[in-house]
Amino acid sequence: MPTHFISSIYVFVLAGFIGFEVIKQVSRLLHTPLMALTNALDAVVVVAAIIIAGRAETPLSAVLGIIAVVASFSNMVGGFLITDRMLRMFKLSKQKKS
Amino acid sequence: MNPLPLSTLIDFAYLIAIVLFILALRWLSSPATARRGVLAGEIGAALAVVATFANPEVVTYKWILIALLAGAIIGIPLGLVPMTAVPQRTALSHAFGALSAALIGIAEYYVRAPHVTKFGMTEISMEVIIGGLSFTGSLIAAGKLQEILPQRPITYRGQNIVSLSVLGAAVLLALLLIFHPGYTELFPVMVAVSLLFGVMLVTPIGGADMPTVISLLNSYVGLSAALLGFVLNNKVLIVAGALDGSSGFILSVIMCKAMNRSFINVMFGAFGQVQASAETAQETRPVHSATAEDAAAILGAASSVIIAPGYGMAVAQAQHKVRELFDVLTKRGVEVKFAIHPVAGRMPGHMNVLLAEADIPYDKLLDMEAANSEFSQADVALVIGANDVTNPAARTERGSPIYGMPILDVDKARTVMVIKRSLNPGFAGIDNPLYYLDKTLMLFGDAKTFVGDIVHELAGGNAS
Repeated sequence: MPTHFISSIYVFVLAGFIGFEVIKQVSRLLHTPLMALTNALDAVVVVAAIIIAGRAETPLSAVLGIIAVVASFSNMVGGFLITDRMLRMFKLSKQKKS
Repeated sequence: MNPLPLSTLIDFAYLIAIVLFILALRWLSSPATARRGVLAGEIGAALAVVATFANPEVVTYKWILIALLAGAIIGIPLGLVPMTAVPQRTALSHAFGALSAALIGIAEYYVRAPHVTKFGMTEISMEVIIGGLSFTGSLIAAGKLQEILPQRPITYRGQNIVSLSVLGAAVLLALLLIFHPGYTELFPVMVAVSLLFGVMLVTPIGGADMPTVISLLNSYVGLSAALLGFVLNNKVLIVAGALDGSSGFILSVIMCKAMNRSFINVMFGAFGQVQASAETAQETRPVHSATAEDAAAILGAASSVIIAPGYGMAVAQAQHKVRELFDVLTKRGVEVKFAIHPVAGRMPGHMNVLLAEADIPYDKLLDMEAANSEFSQADVALVIGANDVTNPAARTERGSPIYGMPILDVDKARTVMVIKRSLNPGFAGIDNPLYYLDKTLMLFGDAKTFVGDIVHELAGGNAS
């Protein structure tokens, strides 16, 4: 078992707990934007894609890495864009009591 | 004093990104702070990407920059789809997320092979299997939602056994690879089998179960990203994956509870069989139907109206007409609210987004619990394109396939109006006793046209 596995599992368990507690508090109105936003955050795998593509250890790994960069970065850009578009639409009633 | 090594700086940048990601989700707790959350997420993501470019392992940039540009070119139109297309866009982005996680896992395998440790192989095979099945599963879900593929559940005899055997085969291949790292030719077979399993997993699931399936795929995609973080020892991936995974999991639990079904039942219990038996039990009973004029008169005289929208409203693109109805009634002093069932529509929160797009203020949107405490005081409950989520059989008929599912108690309102194309049963194929109640008026027609006619009557009634 590699040594970094232990620290990884610590991070995973703690992040899972934080995720649980934070996401439980997310407004029920916003479940669609929540999914769009977590998709965009998850697209941070682009970081790994960049490293794999950038190392270019084998032609195969470089090509797969490049495709992964395209797929994940499109998720990142599109995900943030659509989340913001959706959230902009949520408005309160105008206070016009007369 | 020595300056901090570059790798430490990169790790710190990743840590800040992680904190920003958590804040982003925290700010989604209220629509008032939610947009700040998006900004936090964007800054975090940008920081992580920029920091990665400083990684000395990255030796070539040209193709990466081209790939980032290509990603942006694909991503921007996907960020600009109309709100009615959001469920299929979400499924497609699950597919992209799973694809990139799986591809990186595959690339990493071939860099290491055949000298992969047992532990490393365990991580890689789990990652690639989950990534692979989420990729094809999400593609099938997107195809169903886009109606390229049939929305009806596609089932055959012995399906579950066949599907589970395919999953078993993938696991077996993974075990072989773990104990015999030299069998590298088995790896592509394992990938292919996991892709096949994804197809088999989602094909039998019907459109009405899509909110649960999308949520589950969401959590699988998160899990595959987290596993990739284990493979590459990258903490940002682990955290982002864990956050995405827990979000998908929580949403799946909410969706399952809202249908009173278990995960197992959604994944393997296909509503398909239910349909056949329920359709034969249908009988012809008298219903009260009414015209737009009648409906307008009742709505205009009401003091409080609760509208229960469903997927039918989205299909008919009626949300903007519904907003006009909301406006004209509000102007007359009628209090109008919306009752949103958690599984109304094709993904979690689908109705809220459609109504928000139509400029309906979010303080008028009630969740199921709040709505159910208000129906008994409402003069009119107006059901637009929702069926099973308003079916009182869920409360009373033990034999009904939806028995026990929490529903919107529209039948508690003084008058119920249902806009529907015909008396055909809804997606689950279950007859709805609501339609035969004395207090129920059936408004037969296309939701968009009918709501338009009611608005016309109400507006015209003022003038004459």
